Amino acid sequence: MYWDEKIETLKPADLQQLQLKRLKKTVKLVQNVGFYKNKFAEAKIKPSSIKTLDDIRKIPFTKKQDLRDGYPFGFFAVPLKKVIRIHTTSGTTGKPTVVGYTRNDLDAWSDLIARNMTMVGITADDVFQNMVNYGMFTGGLGFHYGAEKIGMTVIPSATGNTKRQIEMIDDFGVTTIHCTPSYAMHLSEVAEELGTSLESLKTGLFGAESWSESTRKSLEKRLGVTAYDSYGLSELFGPGVAFECPERDGLHIWHDSYLVEIIDPKTGEQLADGERGELVVTPLVKEAMPLLRYRTGDVTMLMEDGCLCRRGKKIARITGRSDDMLVIRGINVFPSQIEHVLLKIPEVGNQFMVYIDKINHLDEMTVEVEINREYFSGELADLANLQKKVVKELRDALELRTTVRLVEPGSLPRFEGKSKRVIDRREKE
Amino acid sequence: MDTQKFIIRQISIFSENRPGRLAAIAHALGEENINILAFSIAEANGFGVVRALVDKPEKAHDKLQSLGFNIAFTDVIAVQMKDQPGGLYVVAKILGDAGINIEYSYAYSGKEGAVLILRVDQVEDAIKKIRNSGAVLLERSVFH
Repeated sequence: MYWDEKIETLKPADLQQLQLKRLKKTVKLVQNVGFYKNKFAEAKIKPSSIKTLDDIRKIPFTKKQDLRDGYPFGFFAVPLKKVIRIHTTSGTTGKPTVVGYTRNDLDAWSDLIARNMTMVGITADDVFQNMVNYGMFTGGLGFHYGAEKIGMTVIPSATGNTKRQIEMIDDFGVTTIHCTPSYAMHLSEVAEELGTSLESLKTGLFGAESWSESTRKSLEKRLGVTAYDSYGLSELFGPGVAFECPERDGLHIWHDSYLVEIIDPKTGEQLADGERGELVVTPLVKEAMPLLRYRTGDVTMLMEDGCLCRRGKKIARITGRSDDMLVIRGINVFPSQIEHVLLKIPEVGNQFMVYIDKINHLDEMTVEVEINREYFSGELADLANLQKKVVKELRDALELRTTVRLVEPGSLPRFEGKSKRVIDRREKE
Repeated sequence: MDTQKFIIRQISIFSENRPGRLAAIAHALGEENINILAFSIAEANGFGVVRALVDKPEKAHDKLQSLGFNIAFTDVIAVQMKDQPGGLYVVAKILGDAGINIEYSYAYSGKEGAVLILRVDQVEDAIKKIRNSGAVLLERSVFH
């Protein structure tokens, strides 16, 4: 099924023509952004220098750090009056990355979500429970608006209270769920304990963290759904950038809205189809916050083979990151954020180690910090308060519950050169 | 009243809750010929504080610190108890009646009889109240 058959199955020549038209428009639009004006001047190019799609290589990359430097509205290409929504995503050093949307942006975004959901056979007859964070995270409202556009019956259940979630699935006859794959696994276990088989479920849309084929098999078996991988990031609207079709062999990325490059993260050189590298995207329909050659940090490749569904070229499922970003229960965490938090707490040292485990299918992050000799009072209560303080500061900064372990000064490894402060013990299937 | 002579220096050592940490502390003290008169371990979430009364607290402090331990002095007081059934009750009742707030406490039974070690929030005030109530406080010179 297609939401927009004509656009979804454009012939390559027509697609390229549309992409070029939209790229030129975007290049013009970014001239409202000081960052891009400077970049163009530095690279000695003008908007008129972009005559073909290949000319995009003349434009420098945009990195997440650039967006952070533009906090809060430095990357908006339209007056704030035209921005009708703001979302944020976690930054590395305290300040989040801000993304803004015009009315057209929200319309374009929800349209992409509608495409994705229609692609996997979801219709207005379906009942949809959206079990992700509805706050600043783009996953909640993003899917919500897309599902409403299709005309589904939408339950904005958000996160938490798993028993209640299960009750609603059963009582409301929910057919489709959206959540992180880890939460889905947790949900299936609680459902089993409660003795329900979640009879009504048919389709599971899972995203915001990478998950394996074996997780897919076990989720499908436990929940009785067909499971689809969803990909997106706030800087590119949010979820909906790419999605699996019923073939479930790679994700269709919407080439009319996103110009895709795969690069070698070290050299910046473009890689050929079938070669794995960092995904770089130029969104072609964004108004409030247009970006050029945005480095996602996600590692994938463009797949060489076409797809039975006639839609455009697919990207492979994300296999990792080209930087040190971690995804913990769907939340992006940079080790530098943890360091930044610890720097503000003199009672602990700046050395730390992070351990990530999967416990009952949920990611658990443990941070080890050394207590500072100077601040040791000899009282257990002071230490217990310090431990609580670190947990709270980390939760405020990362929006993530962590376990904090206080360790003896000097006991954590010191690194010369490249540090290895993160030990990810989650099973790699 | 000279309250100072009743204030005893306890050493408090931060320790991770993992095997071998107590042995490391005890070995270091033994090497320096430091005698442990009383001790206890308080345990929280993944870590603990080892508290000890030793005959040479400064020497213990320097030795453990040189080994990288996080160590601090804590002022405590010691109350004499009768080493017989009901002995703790007598002392505990006196403390309660005197309105002494105990942060933590541990006890040992030695040559001089039974002793209750107390960590209180207002140490000088507590010393006066305990002395006025008729209980016997041990002087620092008994320990070090």
